[in-house]
Amino acid sequence: MQQSAEFHTRVEHALANGQIKTSFRSAMDGLMAKRKAAFPDPEALETLRFRGAQIRANSLSKLHELLEQLENNCHKNGIQVHWAERIEDANNIVLTIMQNHQADLLIKGKSMVSEEMELNRFLEQHGIECIESDLGEYILQLAGEPPSHIVAPAIHKSRQQIAQLFNEKFPDIPYSDDVDRLTRNAREILRKKFYAARVGLSGVNFAVAETGTLCLVENEGNGRMCTTVPPVHIAVTGIEKVVEKLEHIPPLLKLLCRSATGQAITTYFNMITSPRKQGEKDGPEEIHLVLLDNGRSRIYEDDELITTLRCIRCGACMNHCPVYARIGGHAYGSTIPGPIGSILEPQKAGLDKLGDLPSASTLCGACAEVCPVHIPIPKLLNRLRFERTRNDHAGATLGQSSGRTVMEAGIWKGWSWVHSQPRLYRLAMYIITRLRKLLPQRIGPWTQVRKAPHIAQKTLHELALKEGFNDK
Amino acid sequence: MTEEKRYPEKPEKVYYFGTCLIDLLYPEAGLAGMQLIQREGIEVVFPQDQTCCGQPAWNSGYRVEAIRVAQHQLDCFNEDYPIVVPSGSCAGMMRHHYPEMFKGSTDELRANTLAGRVFELTEFLEHVLKITLEDLGSPVKVALHTSCAARREMGVATEHEALLKQLSNVELLQQSRKEECCGFGGTFAVKHPAISAEMVSEKANAITATGADTLISGDCGCLMNIAGHLEYQEKQIDSRHIASFIWERTHATER
Amino acid sequence: MTNNARDAILQRLQNSQPSFDNSDKSVSVEAPEWPIKERIEQFKSILESVRAEVLLAHPDHWTDTLKSLAKKKQLNNLLFAKKGPLGKTIEDAWDVNEQPSLVNNERPISEWKESLFFHIDAAVTSSRAAIAETGSLVLWPTEHEPRSWSLVPPVHFVVLDADKLYNTFAEVVEHEQWQQGMPTNALLISGPSKSADIEQTLAYGVHGPTDLIVIVLT
Repeated sequence: MQQSAEFHTRVEHALANGQIKTSFRSAMDGLMAKRKAAFPDPEALETLRFRGAQIRANSLSKLHELLEQLENNCHKNGIQVHWAERIEDANNIVLTIMQNHQADLLIKGKSMVSEEMELNRFLEQHGIECIESDLGEYILQLAGEPPSHIVAPAIHKSRQQIAQLFNEKFPDIPYSDDVDRLTRNAREILRKKFYAARVGLSGVNFAVAETGTLCLVENEGNGRMCTTVPPVHIAVTGIEKVVEKLEHIPPLLKLLCRSATGQAITTYFNMITSPRKQGEKDGPEEIHLVLLDNGRSRIYEDDELITTLRCIRCGACMNHCPVYARIGGHAYGSTIPGPIGSILEPQKAGLDKLGDLPSASTLCGACAEVCPVHIPIPKLLNRLRFERTRNDHAGATLGQSSGRTVMEAGIWKGWSWVHSQPRLYRLAMYIITRLRKLLPQRIGPWTQVRKAPHIAQKTLHELALKEGFNDK
Repeated sequence: MTEEKRYPEKPEKVYYFGTCLIDLLYPEAGLAGMQLIQREGIEVVFPQDQTCCGQPAWNSGYRVEAIRVAQHQLDCFNEDYPIVVPSGSCAGMMRHHYPEMFKGSTDELRANTLAGRVFELTEFLEHVLKITLEDLGSPVKVALHTSCAARREMGVATEHEALLKQLSNVELLQQSRKEECCGFGGTFAVKHPAISAEMVSEKANAITATGADTLISGDCGCLMNIAGHLEYQEKQIDSRHIASFIWERTHATER
Repeated sequence: MTNNARDAILQRLQNSQPSFDNSDKSVSVEAPEWPIKERIEQFKSILESVRAEVLLAHPDHWTDTLKSLAKKKQLNNLLFAKKGPLGKTIEDAWDVNEQPSLVNNERPISEWKESLFFHIDAAVTSSRAAIAETGSLVLWPTEHEPRSWSLVPPVHFVVLDADKLYNTFAEVVEHEQWQQGMPTNALLISGPSKSADIEQTLAYGVHGPTDLIVIVLT
């Protein structure tokens, strides 16, 4: 149970950190309010969510055809398509492209898949400098930390912490904790990088099979910079991001922007269909699309778990999660945190590695209530709890059965035995109620912050009999 | 796009599923629910062989063990009567999870029929019995915590409030972040005690901040969690299951 | 290796055809349909809420608006496309020594990247269409009005013909039949560049323009 101990350590560390508590709590409150305001009509929202779920489910149902169609159309448009089974493969593909262009600087737009690949670390081992250009990601790169939220990566940091960080890294720039000033400083530093870089990298929000178009959603313009200014553009994405038709994009975009930050739309919606054409004055001469599997096709095998792959990465589930609001993103120890991370990441990495995540939820359902594509997150958390403890080895999930312990299994077997034999159950309850005064008043962690529950003098079974309620 | 709820006509007879938590910790709440229904002229049947809906094991991943217990409830509630459950969580389990639990098994049909007959107590009182309540109690301020299952799975948050609003001397106060989970989550509280503690203490603070005299909930899991913490903090605030609270205030001989 | 990966991935996906409901029965998502006047109001108010400037101008006099704004912002220069749809009108309206000075450059950006990145104050471009619901400009950059013009200079002026103002994005895609042929790059621009990455506080002009000014021709 090594992983379990590590998870608990991270959680305790997070809970002890007052900064985390205040930054997440207030940020999540703000994001929830903004989302709510962005969907004033509940009925229209339900229709739109239904449509979103339908589009994603429909695309997934013919994923292999759509991927082939996407590949064909990309080729026709001049985009080179690469396939990667594992993250090592994807990293090597990117490295080879970099080497082919003798490029030693990669300017990056926000991409959770590149985080999944740990691309920066990999390329740096090969002497290539990677620069994150999304403001939040850049701050984290300076701090040497991973993102703690998929939409607002540096949400755990205060203005003052960021100001300190800039001051340490750029002592020549006068200290300021003014947000506008900090932003301008970052603009100036990064502008030189956009100017210099020969290769830019981005993620993909939606890839349209019908037209071979890569769609990018962003506010800052760094994504456009990365995909417009350098002569080479590499886009990395998971194989599940493909959408069948262009007409599917407007409803998904609406759901994504409004669910994520409550904006009607982001500042930029960037649709890339080909490299620079004859006569055009800018835009990359080469575009590479890297399609990464890394366990996704295994998730795809299961009719229930496949719904995980509908995700459009809006982050609404984490914004609404009471657990995430308390422990923040880093405690999860996975690329993507929060409810969606708790179902997606253990399936990718294996339940033996991240099997604790599905248990770190009260199954309150706040996530599923806001998910724009109707992913039944609590149901899938429950399912993964089962996969982690089942002992029939009949599932496809990586690391199944790894969390089954003799003791826990024994407790539930006993529990099941008692609760499926009414006489035994009634006897047990009779004994417990009669011995209630002798039972311990301290019961593990429960009573560290609570009084022990008060056991009744008589059970409801007894009261019902006494009051003359019929049994049949 | 949400499932439209259909309620039956007022029946002659109902089953009552008391839940294991009520059985052991809050039997008076279970009884109050039965008495509220009985007072409306309905026969309440309490099968003595009932135990637990199976949720604890189901939510812990021990499905075989959960199914075995759930199967036993299928046997207990065989007749075609509505099944009233004084808990959003257990009602949600039987209504929404039994069908998936037994999918493809020989019990599938039985489970589906049973699921369709399950009602949470407050929705049953409100929509099937169309109960009217006369408040006999003295003025009191209350805060209501609606469980996540009652709110999101069963969709009965408004029913909880509607019943309390019928009580003329009861002032319902609204705590901040009232939709948020109290941090119980069954075995979650045991597996992740630190997070659970953080959640329950914030929930309890929000409730005490309202100045309410009494905390009400329709689910004993939440009640046990929040009230347990309030008691630990030595806060002077009562806690009641919604059935007990309503019964105590509307039952003539008790006052 | 790549080809093997491709075949292996596709094979796996094909082998495990999921058996869930994928019915594509169309749900009609209700879309607003405003009369033109309301469309303009909606467009304007949404864009202004994200700190863009929206001005209405007569089709014959819009260069006056452009000029006065450019002067107010104390711009030294203004990039424009001589061969673009606005080129002639702008050129005719500008006096030889008038500030800001007009800049026209038809060479590939790589040949004058430094000047574009560090010395151009503003650019003016046309737009293909716009969307009232979200306050978005639709740009399909061309060889005359390249992609980086709407991105790199700190100030971006856009001229929009009010007739091209649609209700929704879906309407644009459908009406213009985008799936028939997408350009190299299609853009929706809905305000100046912004970020809320530091303490959820909005800051404008992160990497793209700090100022977005839309002149709507009515």
